[in-house]
Amino acid sequence: MESYAGRTEHGTGLMTPPTHQIPSIEAISVTKIYGQGQTEVIALNDVTLRVAPGEVVALLGPSGAGKSTLLTAMALINPPTSGRIIISGELVMEGADAKIDLRAFRRRHLGFVFQKANLIPFLTALENVQVALEINDTPAHIARKRAMYLLDHLGIADRADNLPDALSGGQQQRVAVARALANKPSLILADEPTAALDSHRGRQVMELFAQVAHESNSGVIVVTHDTRALDVFDRIVEMEDGRLLTPSVSSAEYGD
Amino acid sequence: MNLAVRDIRHNFSRFVFTTVGIGLLLMVVMGMAGIYRGLIFEATLLVDRIGADLWVVQGNTRGPFAELSRIPVSLENRVRALPEIIRARRFVNHSIQREHHGKPLRLMVQGLAWPDDKGEWVSLVAGRPLGQAHFEMIADRSLGLALDERVKFGKDVYRVVGLTTGMSGIAGDGLAFFTASDAMTIQFDSPSEAIRLDRSARLARTENQDLGHTQPLLLERAGGLSSGIAELPRPQVSAILVSLNPSADIDRVISTLSTWPDITVYTAQQQKDLLLSGTVDKSRRQLGLFSVLLIIISTIIIALIMYTLTLDKIHDIALLKLIGARNRVIVGLILQQALLMGAFGYGLAWWFGQYLFPYFPRRVMLETPDLIKLAFITVLISMLASLLGIWKAMQVEPNTVLA
Repeated sequence: MESYAGRTEHGTGLMTPPTHQIPSIEAISVTKIYGQGQTEVIALNDVTLRVAPGEVVALLGPSGAGKSTLLTAMALINPPTSGRIIISGELVMEGADAKIDLRAFRRRHLGFVFQKANLIPFLTALENVQVALEINDTPAHIARKRAMYLLDHLGIADRADNLPDALSGGQQQRVAVARALANKPSLILADEPTAALDSHRGRQVMELFAQVAHESNSGVIVVTHDTRALDVFDRIVEMEDGRLLTPSVSSAEYGD
Repeated sequence: MNLAVRDIRHNFSRFVFTTVGIGLLLMVVMGMAGIYRGLIFEATLLVDRIGADLWVVQGNTRGPFAELSRIPVSLENRVRALPEIIRARRFVNHSIQREHHGKPLRLMVQGLAWPDDKGEWVSLVAGRPLGQAHFEMIADRSLGLALDERVKFGKDVYRVVGLTTGMSGIAGDGLAFFTASDAMTIQFDSPSEAIRLDRSARLARTENQDLGHTQPLLLERAGGLSSGIAELPRPQVSAILVSLNPSADIDRVISTLSTWPDITVYTAQQQKDLLLSGTVDKSRRQLGLFSVLLIIISTIIIALIMYTLTLDKIHDIALLKLIGARNRVIVGLILQQALLMGAFGYGLAWWFGQYLFPYFPRRVMLETPDLIKLAFITVLISMLASLLGIWKAMQVEPNTVLA
């Protein structure tokens, strides 16, 4: 396995993580083109982004900027046309070629949170978290304990035996966060996780991401339109027309 | 964690209704196999129960179950005269349909060779075997006759002295046992007017012949009882049933009887084979083809159900793929549901059958080997049926979850 740990890319200094640890993710010169000829659309244009472990990054931009395309490329479910994706020092994608078993990699290294909680409706809150662990070969009794611990940590242990239907939007989103954290992923990807929540709940969820990122040392990338809770993020990256607007800024600078 | 069970638990009423539907479908398949077995059982019931080693029938015929067989009663004595034969009984068997209490009563008349055979071999649920040479009968319960009930056949009234159950003929009609002579009387009974007309015709034919003019006594006989005219044949029977000495060489007896040109002889097994390969064969094949069709239809229906259930879970399957679930987890979810549906459906089919099949007009026999075979078929069709859903699930892209 080729390791890209510690490499630097010239001209992208502001996109590099603030520490010298192995980045949670490196997306290097990622381009995504849909269609061809006259119908060709460049969704991502030579995008390079690094996120350090424990870093919480907000990805902002208008609709059609390419945020979700970048997120799905980094989530290994939408292969780029060119470029490289390295997660925890492991080259995962080179262009559209997967260098490893992507599903197994997602299972071990990635956590996902979406606009909708996307909980499995026939599983209880506890089981929704447990299933992610069992899929990763964690024995059932250990999976149950860890799932319960996570729910407790996120303050919804009392709803562990409820089906998603019986949970509020905020509670569902917390279960989704617990599921994303279950396998201690090196990277958590969130696509507008607060869109369905009120501002108070939305902020709570954003704070939750910051908390778990710092606690578990996972890199977190959140695609969001919600600018009310940007102070929670370590770094804010803006996109437009498939490109990252440089330089990226800290959350404190973004407010100015 | 068993996802299939969790999904069923969540959509329990849908699972129950679907499984009941599959159960009813499998019950029909089970019923077909049962009707098939019942058909064979009913066809061979008499041959099995009547306990004859050999069946002597009209020459060049296949016996009374395959075609008309007519042999004189006197053949009974000729057969009895052979060595190694310990018993020869006349066999009279025919179907009739009469009115009883304003309803059609269809029965298969079975003549017993009184006094050798009083019907002791018939398993009775009430009453007793035949106790006298005339006007008594043993009836199968399916005929709806009560013990001690009187029923008129022809000019005579017969009393039900015994009741049996599960005795029916090849056409599914309940059996009624009479003495052979009563059975023949019922068979050859003619209305009085028909007898008078027959006598008049006979008299007219004799008057028109020279012999009738020269022999006045002939004219007198021609107009009298038919039993008084030696030239007229006596009523005939369908077969003679032969029982051999246990130590007898059956091939030798058959070889002796085969030299008689007016008869044909069959072993009980040959008679059964003739029944199954002849009369029953077409019904058997028809039922077999229907069963195959029903199995195919069941497979298609279960496949469509599994496909629909998979479509309902497409989003969840995409999510499972996104969070890294192996294909076997997803295949297991669909396959286990199909197998559970098949297993519960099979159980319900068996349970429904226990209550419903006894009300069917013809015998439905659920035999263990058939039930085991159908259980295997159910597992197989459940697996086959899940393939469509599995195929659909395998096509799902993880990014569907973002849609």
